[in-house]
Amino acid sequence: MYLSTVRSAPVAREGGPVRRLLSGNVLALGLVSLVTDVSAEMVTAVLPAYLVLGLHLGMVQYGVLDGLHAGMTAVFRLAGGYAADRWRLRKAVAGFGYGLSALARLGLLAAGPSVAGIGGALAADRIGKGLRTPPRDALITLSAPEPMLGRAFGLHRTMDAVGAFLGPLAALGVLALAGSGQAFSAVFVASFCAATLGVLLLTLFVRDRREPAPLAERRARTSPQEPLRAPGMRRVWSAAVLLGLVTIGDGFVYLILQRREDLSIMWFPLLAVGTNLAYLLLATPMGWLADRVGRGTTVMAGCGALLGVYVLLATGGGSVPLVLLLYGTFYATTDGVLMACAGPVVPERWRTSGMAVVQTGQALAYLVSSAAFGAVWQMWGPAPACWAAAGAVALALPLCGRWLR
Amino acid sequence: MRARVAVAILATVVLAAVAVGVALLSGAARPDVPTTPFAAPPVTGLPAGPGVLARSTAEGPEYGRLVVAGRGRRDVLALACVRVYAAGGTGVCLREEADAPGSYETVLFDTRLRKTWSSPFAGVPSRARVSASGRMVSWTVFVQGDSYSDAGAFSTRSGILDTRTGDVAGTLETFAVTRDGRPYEAADVNFWGVTFAADDNRFYATMSTGGRTYLVEGDFAARRVRTLRQNVECPSLSPDGTRLAFKKPQPGGTWRPAVLDLATMSETPLAETRAVDDQPAWLDDRTVMYGVKRGARHSDVWAVPADGGGRARLLVPDAESPAPLG
Repeated sequence: MYLSTVRSAPVAREGGPVRRLLSGNVLALGLVSLVTDVSAEMVTAVLPAYLVLGLHLGMVQYGVLDGLHAGMTAVFRLAGGYAADRWRLRKAVAGFGYGLSALARLGLLAAGPSVAGIGGALAADRIGKGLRTPPRDALITLSAPEPMLGRAFGLHRTMDAVGAFLGPLAALGVLALAGSGQAFSAVFVASFCAATLGVLLLTLFVRDRREPAPLAERRARTSPQEPLRAPGMRRVWSAAVLLGLVTIGDGFVYLILQRREDLSIMWFPLLAVGTNLAYLLLATPMGWLADRVGRGTTVMAGCGALLGVYVLLATGGGSVPLVLLLYGTFYATTDGVLMACAGPVVPERWRTSGMAVVQTGQALAYLVSSAAFGAVWQMWGPAPACWAAAGAVALALPLCGRWLR
Repeated sequence: MRARVAVAILATVVLAAVAVGVALLSGAARPDVPTTPFAAPPVTGLPAGPGVLARSTAEGPEYGRLVVAGRGRRDVLALACVRVYAAGGTGVCLREEADAPGSYETVLFDTRLRKTWSSPFAGVPSRARVSASGRMVSWTVFVQGDSYSDAGAFSTRSGILDTRTGDVAGTLETFAVTRDGRPYEAADVNFWGVTFAADDNRFYATMSTGGRTYLVEGDFAARRVRTLRQNVECPSLSPDGTRLAFKKPQPGGTWRPAVLDLATMSETPLAETRAVDDQPAWLDDRTVMYGVKRGARHSDVWAVPADGGGRARLLVPDAESPAPLG
């Protein structure tokens, strides 16, 4: 039934086949993510320069501000997920999250040289991100029929990645317009404008399913725990945690590549750009593939790509573009596809909480694995650490495939 | 629906106009672009010492340009840098690339302020140093965390150039590390704040790993460093080569300047009570100088006796990144 909203969604005009397959709601959510990511990456691109050159903050202070983010998202992701389900306010919670991140840009402007103020603004941004992600993904699952969820998430992730790609360019554009690398305020204002547009697009074009829950369901299911204990949910959650546990983190992958090739530090940021490029090109085709050949199979293929990355890092084989292509393929075959797996196994009543639990499990597992990888590196060196990671993926591969079947 | 599309288009146009307008206005109102003429034309060469070369933070046409203060004069040079150092006829300038705002480069210059070498880098300028002879050059930059992941921790990179041979070490992270006498390897190794010994091969620097910071002694030719001591950051070797001025981490995330005697390894806190986050420099064998931040845009260069006695005195107002000349 949700496909009928295509008619009323202006953003669906772009492509013929896409229009037939996916609801305008997915495109609208993708567009919101695109402009929001432009906004976020604009700030990320200039933040170190702003803190160090604009405000003369030392690197330790910057490190503290930066580390502040990581743990924060998890808590608010769960809280946002629960609130969105409890009061059936998926769109409102997502909108609040987007709005909070937008206001955080103004907070950066208002904070001036105050470290506490900047820390607060960055924290508000992260809280906003934590709050909005589960309801957004839940809305995607409600906006496309189950057999097309892979494509829906693929399309959304492609648009999201395009935004991340354009953000730093937009920041450079603003600096060029101002004719100064120190025009940080102008970047923050432009970033606020983009974030505001994101909130507006969400308000205007994204639709939530608003029919009231059946009375029986409302009485019977007052707690989100029961559906989260469902066997399907357990399997998806386990697969997500397993994926988190075998992901060592972009930082390590790029560091090994940089050292191995003795890349000039000039090229270092381009490693992330290369991966993101592969991701944005492949996310939609891989989502389509997941719908055709099975999501578990696709995630297994993604684990295979990750295995390839680790083996190439351990042996020093393969060219940099090949490694980045495989790494981008891993993200394209797992990130959205995993969410497409998570959606259908949670009853709609607690869908957002379910997505939040899956995402949080994966994120926390990733923190553990990157710490473990760092420890192994320190004890035995990078190559053995990569072999260990490759071994872990090889073990995880069949399990993920089975749990997501 | 049509109304909503109209609202969206209108909002897009208005928000884009605001963003572009603010960018253009902030360019026009930019205080570090000379809008008023200089009192005297900028000097096109390094004046003879003694004096202090630094980056000016004085509002107006001077802001961001190099100045040489000494003998009761303050000469503005025809060169703008974010960080600067000079010795032995070689200057190093970390600056924004002229035609690419937000991109930075390392530039070497001679006593006529002519560019002799340059290389772009990805990151934000942090420290710069030249050996006393002018042969060895080092720079430290902040590297942005990886923006596509949540775990984008900060890091710093230090590079060294031998101007005589053209040999460049792009990042000291490739050097073999010996920690407490044993070979050490870790992914989180970072270096910053290099200072050179008189032989133009040995150097000292800060290394961080596992949440600790170390003073390391390095061998450029052998591509090796070894740890000497903890909690010594941004070292700066005295002209006589016997002591290191450095910033000592304090509880609460600030630093105080101190001096380490390399023969006895004893530390002497200097008579500076404010927080100082700078790589110190030596004005002479008895005096250490450093920048002290004043608000977000300004800084002053202060000097303090290296023996721990006396008190800090204002050396060059409205300046940062000091280097002794002559």
